[in-house]
Amino acid sequence: MRIEDVPQEGNDTLGGLRKAQYAVDENGQYRLVTSAGWEVEQTVTRQALDHLEHLAAEARDRALRGEASPLEYHMYRRRMDLALLAQTTGLFQWRIRRHFDARRFAGLGPALLERYAEALGLNPAELSRLD
Amino acid sequence: MNAAPDLNTSPRNEFQHRHAAHCESGVMANLLSHHGLALSEAMAFGLASALAFAYIPFVKLGGLPLIAYRMPPKAIIKGLSKRLGLRMRFETFRSPAAGQARLDALLAQGRPVGLQTSVFWLPYFPEDMRFHFNAHNLLVYGKDGGAYRISDPVFETPVSCAAADLQKARFAKGALAPKGLLYFPERPPATVDLAPLALNAIRRNAKAMLAPFPLVGCKGIAYMAKRIAQLKAGEHEAESLRFIGHVVRMQEEIGTGGAGFRFLYASFLQEAAELTGRAELSVASRELTAIGDHWREFALAAALMVRGRKPFAPAALAESLKGIAEAERGLFGGLAKLA
Repeated sequence: MRIEDVPQEGNDTLGGLRKAQYAVDENGQYRLVTSAGWEVEQTVTRQALDHLEHLAAEARDRALRGEASPLEYHMYRRRMDLALLAQTTGLFQWRIRRHFDARRFAGLGPALLERYAEALGLNPAELSRLD
Repeated sequence: MNAAPDLNTSPRNEFQHRHAAHCESGVMANLLSHHGLALSEAMAFGLASALAFAYIPFVKLGGLPLIAYRMPPKAIIKGLSKRLGLRMRFETFRSPAAGQARLDALLAQGRPVGLQTSVFWLPYFPEDMRFHFNAHNLLVYGKDGGAYRISDPVFETPVSCAAADLQKARFAKGALAPKGLLYFPERPPATVDLAPLALNAIRRNAKAMLAPFPLVGCKGIAYMAKRIAQLKAGEHEAESLRFIGHVVRMQEEIGTGGAGFRFLYASFLQEAAELTGRAELSVASRELTAIGDHWREFALAAALMVRGRKPFAPAALAESLKGIAEAERGLFGGLAKLA
């Protein structure tokens, strides 16, 4: 890639961050140049974020209808999936899946709520809300 | 546990932050340069033989296969240490409080300290880039009250991070959990003749790219091409496009220097050519630049399909990757036989 071909069109997902990119100058010499971002990257980052936001929105709807606990919503909102939440809390996946049930979740003791809150970087009160 | 005396007697020079493409090679280049061994990021990456390709379908990230364009996390720190004969000290901690106390004590000695952290819990990262990736590397070089002064190589300038946030990032759990890992050289790096080391590193890296395993190196690229060729337009298309998008993300998102580290490695080959006076390395650098341009064309075509600006054509994407696999096999075949 030549320096003049380094994309500078910007990438919303970088929030103003400029990336270091290796490219060659007119003499074929490699230089480190900064890039304001490439649309291609914005597309694929956005795609991954949209997918997680979609999963979170679906989980939120289920929770609003009373079909699920808010836990699943908070998991996706924190960009996690079941496997990652299990690793982070040290709980088995099947156990967490049970806590996606609204009634079971409502009956959770403070110790488990604290464990979920800590893993998700929330306080226990936020865990039961849907905002 | 005590500091090596020769490091303590060296004058306290102000830490120099340099922007880099990749976190781990950037941290090591900046750390060693600080201790008197001037090293570019590309040289740190190349000497560690860090270029790779791996397609691991049985390790899933958010339901998608693990795809890597470089050696696994910590391979650069360890590979470089071995090649340069460094003695790096690594420490992990059971208790976050002990981890913070140790970091503060090392900073009080005037040492910059390397850390492994999660990206998700670092507030200075752009919101949209905060994914649960636990093998990020950064350098801490000071503390002002409740905040650390951080040289994060993928940022243009030094950043600051509140102690509580850095703690959360250092002790994040999950795959590749950092467990508070910190590292620093136990003694200053010795002056070495880099030319023969670079040649060895290139041969070693080329052999790894030609490894006779189906999921890694050039064979791995060809394997991924085959998997993409099996996708069908119109059938589970959203899922297929998510897979294609994932390939491009791993190739281009922060930390690769473009084209899945190919441009970074081409820059190393160029530096190695100057160092050794070997013209064939300049040729190899130009060839790898051209291969990198192909990776970028692949990424562009894939992104247009993800956005729906072009019809999903898995066969065309697979063909493009097959060509890349072939070209890399030719290039690394030559480099493996480097005299």
